[in-house]
Amino acid sequence: MAGLELLSDQGYRVDGRRAGELRKIQARMGVFTQADGSAYIEQGNTKALAVVYGPHEIRGSRARALPDRALVNCQYSSATFSTGERKKRPHGDRKSCEMGLQLRQTFDAAILTQLHPRSQIDIYVQVLQADGGTYAACVNAATLAVMDAGIPMRDFVCACSAGFVDGTALADLSHVEEAAGGPQLALALLPASGQIALLEMDARLHEDHLEQVLETAAQAARDVHTLLDRVVRQHVHEASILLGD
Amino acid sequence: MAMEMRLPVARKPVNETLGNETKKHLVVPGDTITTDTGFMRGHGTYMGEEKLIASVAGSVERVNKLICVKALKTRYNGEVGDIVVGRITERRRSAEDELAMRGFLQEGDLISAEVQAVFSDGAVSLHTRSLKYGKLGQGVLVQVSPSLVKRQKTHFHDLPCGASVILGNNGFIWIYPTPEHKDEEAGGFIANMEPVSLADREVISRLRNCIVLMVNQKMMLYDTSILYCYEVSLPHQIKDILKPKIMEEIVMETRQRLLEQEG
Repeated sequence: MAGLELLSDQGYRVDGRRAGELRKIQARMGVFTQADGSAYIEQGNTKALAVVYGPHEIRGSRARALPDRALVNCQYSSATFSTGERKKRPHGDRKSCEMGLQLRQTFDAAILTQLHPRSQIDIYVQVLQADGGTYAACVNAATLAVMDAGIPMRDFVCACSAGFVDGTALADLSHVEEAAGGPQLALALLPASGQIALLEMDARLHEDHLEQVLETAAQAARDVHTLLDRVVRQHVHEASILLGD
Repeated sequence: MAMEMRLPVARKPVNETLGNETKKHLVVPGDTITTDTGFMRGHGTYMGEEKLIASVAGSVERVNKLICVKALKTRYNGEVGDIVVGRITERRRSAEDELAMRGFLQEGDLISAEVQAVFSDGAVSLHTRSLKYGKLGQGVLVQVSPSLVKRQKTHFHDLPCGASVILGNNGFIWIYPTPEHKDEEAGGFIANMEPVSLADREVISRLRNCIVLMVNQKMMLYDTSILYCYEVSLPHQIKDILKPKIMEEIVMETRQRLLEQEG
């Protein structure tokens, strides 16, 4: 694409980052008292809010209840003011449904659902500002929210996006880099075991490059894990001081 | 109409000096607690490849050979003998049930009950086989996280300030005016509909605000702590208790008093 250089000769990206560098991440747990668990995360300019309710009794039809596991229900919504052009429908459109399904797959793998049979866990994610990497931000926010709710999980779920430009794999794509039209990969990882919860890519990428991009995404996800781990430990530490005894 | 506005201020980090000397072992999900296979695993842990891994974020508690992780916030896990307060949402629609129970308890009623049995999937069976349990009449309900309610011998307390409180283990707290006659307990099946005096209402409102304040500051809830918080809050107006500056003052003094009482 003429005019826009995604990766300069010195190896700098549009916003001044290096190829494998993440954007600044800030996160908070327990932002809502009404919900069972909640969290807010900012990855660069992408801002996402996650709220968790549960485990509770199945709402609606009892027939959907699974006798041995909990049902995980995810809803993704992006605010009308989250993108450059005002969005008409915050949720219910195809992309939101697909995102919801992907989030559900991701968390079905990570939450220990066998401990809560015949219950339902609701995860609602809202994107307040979308600047690339919305799936990753949603997964990271939802992980923190599920931990805040005290729902048992196998491990953290850390996600990051990755792309490929000029023979180099880029980690944590911003909106400008996503819009440029190159291949984009979204990876959700359980860091301790290295297991992949979800891997998604819909673009054309030569299979020779796949391993490099995958490795970059995995390393970025592990870096995200380091940051989220610190946030959770700080939160637990503060709460245990207040609780005393 | 008078209006009050407050601007947002930066959050102050928690005062480290409040913490006691005993260092607790804090874990997050995915952390290895121990590789020693001799331990039994309790709540909040799971077995993975020869090691015990934490599944919630909290502090590790070890009782002899049992290791469990106590999460900061948990869903209520019923145990036999617990007192719970709750609202009837649905009931069995069988013929005998219709004849017997409709007169006493209906859908939408708030009741207090004791846990009789726990099923394997976590569901609990409740009973109200004593006059102290049953339908709850006039009062205020506060919903808090179950992990903040301290386990005690009794959960029905008559506070000297003029109101009574039921601390449900499931996190539902019921504040009601102390009944005058000793035989008229909080339960039974006939709700007391006599008007409650203004003085009693003020005591109940103040207690409710104090409880919300303690939940906000993550203090454990039990009769002594609630009573101290109530006494410390007396100089302030009821509606001022939940303002941030006054909240901090009250919490600090309450913690101080609790430390003095224990030490």
